[in-house]
Amino acid sequence: MSAEQGALPAGRAGQDAVPAGDAEPPTSWIGRIRRRLEDDLPYEKLLPETQPAYVASWIYVFGVLTLAALGMIVVSGIVLAFEGPSWYHTSNVGHWFNSLHFWSVQLFFVFMLVHLVGKFSMAAWRGHRARTWITGMLAFLVSIVTGLTGYVLQTNFDSQWISFEAKDGLNAAGVGAWFNVANLGQVALVHVFLLPLIIGVIVAVHVVLVRLHGVVPPIDAAAVEQGRAAASVTAPATAEAAERGARHDQTASGGDVMPVHEHERTGGRHA
Amino acid sequence: MRDASLRAAQHELETTHWRGPVRRYDIVKEGVIAFAVVAVVVVGLSSFLGSPDEPALTFQGWATAMPNDFYDTTVSELAGTSESATYGPPYNDGGTGQTLGPINLQALAGIRIPVDPANDFVIQPLQTQQQPADVVAALDQWTGATAEQQSLWASTYETALGAADGDPTAVGDGDYGPVPVLASGLEQMAASGALDGVLAAPGSFYSTDNTKQILFMGDGGYLDAAASANELQGNQWGMMNETGAYPGQQWLAPFSFWYQLPIFNSEADSGFAANLTANADIVIMVIVVVFTLVVMLLPFIPGLRDLPRAIGLHRVIWRRYYAGAKERA
Repeated sequence: MSAEQGALPAGRAGQDAVPAGDAEPPTSWIGRIRRRLEDDLPYEKLLPETQPAYVASWIYVFGVLTLAALGMIVVSGIVLAFEGPSWYHTSNVGHWFNSLHFWSVQLFFVFMLVHLVGKFSMAAWRGHRARTWITGMLAFLVSIVTGLTGYVLQTNFDSQWISFEAKDGLNAAGVGAWFNVANLGQVALVHVFLLPLIIGVIVAVHVVLVRLHGVVPPIDAAAVEQGRAAASVTAPATAEAAERGARHDQTASGGDVMPVHEHERTGGRHA
Repeated sequence: MRDASLRAAQHELETTHWRGPVRRYDIVKEGVIAFAVVAVVVVGLSSFLGSPDEPALTFQGWATAMPNDFYDTTVSELAGTSESATYGPPYNDGGTGQTLGPINLQALAGIRIPVDPANDFVIQPLQTQQQPADVVAALDQWTGATAEQQSLWASTYETALGAADGDPTAVGDGDYGPVPVLASGLEQMAASGALDGVLAAPGSFYSTDNTKQILFMGDGGYLDAAASANELQGNQWGMMNETGAYPGQQWLAPFSFWYQLPIFNSEADSGFAANLTANADIVIMVIVVVFTLVVMLLPFIPGLRDLPRAIGLHRVIWRRYYAGAKERA
């Protein structure tokens, strides 16, 4: 295609012309999305190599442990989905894969609850992080519904009893007319496709929000930091003092503490 | 003044990029290690402990193990007095469903999953199979009668059966129409194993909906007895229990808790407790929804959002940070 053939009609040329430089804000939807992502989530912020020194407790591990257990649920669930809901009643291999799925779910909820209690204890919604807290709660609630459908999908005695009992609560709330836990076909589709999709989206949004806002600073961190600043004025830092301070910033996993401003290249616009 | 300044500084810290000391932290490496650890633990638990898998109950098992219970339940389906027949929406108009004061959410959707226990559980299954002559004659008599006559036969027989403690052989003479033969015919059919397949897919090749089987089985005492034996009843923390010694849905504890309260398990026939017990599911559902909303919207609720500071667990989580700062100071 020649340059002339590719030229835009005169009337639209001005609207659709590519901005000459970065200084000029994009006018297209995709350009605006790109600019927003570039501003809010640069790679350094999305995949940082450092974290604030206060991110130094085993409680921080439970978020990623929850994701790891979710990964195991998905992997074992894919195998079970291919073989169908009766496989694990008649095959030892099937029963073993069902056990993998079962224990992954148990660990998933344990990790998620510890993560939830940890985030509650940190009041992790501070500093415009309410959406992160809410998406985390949503992930927990959708996971409960997914767990319920999974238990019903076992197609054993437990499934019979759970669907018989659960229907009453769902019917009483007016939900059972559409979400019928005694309808195995509906439960299977919802459990294997719809709910994992919803959980996947919520978890993705949750993780992006965590990266966007960063890990919440400790309660009363301002007072601590002011004390730190005052100490540095009254007692100029020596190599020994710096080393002593660094020792206290060592983490449970033994991470090294970096000078205060070395990480500033990882900065970005904060919401 | 200093408090206001500190609050402003704290807000600034929470909403802007952290400019204090940092540490190296490889999230990807942590994720890979976490996945490996979880995989090893899950494989170990699965290999050594397995998972629960109690076989599903069958109608054959019910009719064989508890024939009188099956027979009595069949009669109650014909009489329209079973739990399913009197359930209400979304299955039928045999009842009103649970209410929350004047609000009846259960009735809003109407009858979206029609279930007619007498026909769906008894008459149709019998009609789908070749039956002995007396059952064929009983079916003809039942289908040829008016609804009033059917109801009169069935309720008269149900009363007589109740007087005989549910033992059909001890029932006195009376005008019960075809009801005893129909009940007996279905019991024979169930004991032979034919009812399990017929109820699953009456007159069709495929079946993906087990609503009628679940409802019918739940009307009798067989499923209930098995649940009690496995401590799965609502007032046994059954919502979060599992068969055998395996963990169940432990995360439903905040839900299950309410079912343990005597106010939701009352034996009273009337009054506040009786009303709460009759509508326990919707009342507890509302309580849990309100509780969930409060937790979800915690960041916006003054007082409650400051609970973590009062509880003080954050001092343990960030003890290194606080201790380091204290020493520096």
